Amino acid sequence: MGLDGYLFLSLGLFGIGAFGFLARRNAIMMLICIELMLNAVNLALVAFNAFDYYATDDAGAVFSLLVMAVAAAEATVGLALVIAIIRTRQTAEVDDYADLKE
Amino acid sequence: MVLAAGVLGGGLAAVLLRNVIHSAVAMMVSFGALAGTYALLGAPIVAAAQVLIYLGAISVLIIFAIMLTQAGDANLPAPFQRQAPVAALVAIGIVALVGWALLQTDWPNPSVIIPVELDDLAAAVFTDYALPFEIVGFLLLAAIIGAIYLARRPEEDERMN
Repeated sequence: MGLDGYLFLSLGLFGIGAFGFLARRNAIMMLICIELMLNAVNLALVAFNAFDYYATDDAGAVFSLLVMAVAAAEATVGLALVIAIIRTRQTAEVDDYADLKE
Repeated sequence: MVLAAGVLGGGLAAVLLRNVIHSAVAMMVSFGALAGTYALLGAPIVAAAQVLIYLGAISVLIIFAIMLTQAGDANLPAPFQRQAPVAALVAIGIVALVGWALLQTDWPNPSVIIPVELDDLAAAVFTDYALPFEIVGFLLLAAIIGAIYLARRPEEDERMN
């Protein structure tokens, strides 16, 4: 597989994640889909780095490691938020979080 | 190709499966295949980080959250919202647009993959990218403190109830 093969793989994973994020009802499932999309972007970064497309140093690998750290922070805060909301609302369905509508 | 099938199949299963626990396990399959892909791309350190952070930490965190919040797998509600067809259209639109751009571009295709040397990577992280590294460390600290605050059980409210 060449560079374009890896980029198409990354694009496919991103599309799956985007669809799931928009379509799933469960708040935790939406977080899982965000992780899928972040991983897709990471794959593109590592692929560009491996084929030495833009940078001469290891910028792609460094960026992917930084993205992983930010993703870990995002997952921590996101799951804490979801648990706090579920504790008060007793449901994980995002359709039921409609207090501001009333 | 096997790894690519694992990545895409795991992702699809994660999005489509009805039970959230099954989705989390499918997500772990996808992340594991992705770690193999990183190793193929000559970045074993990124593959190791992927296994440690995603397979080890984030997956366990998500499964813990599911176990804390799901009441059991009885009478699962429908997994998709009514807007699922629109969501599919949007996702297909994104994929079509970016895929078209990918096809239009003439990618240079060297047959040799340049592996990431660990020494160079470490030097880059601690010299050229030292400031982003420190910012990420601070962000992680802030995220941990924020998560503790958010997930803490509000003792005062409980005593009043």
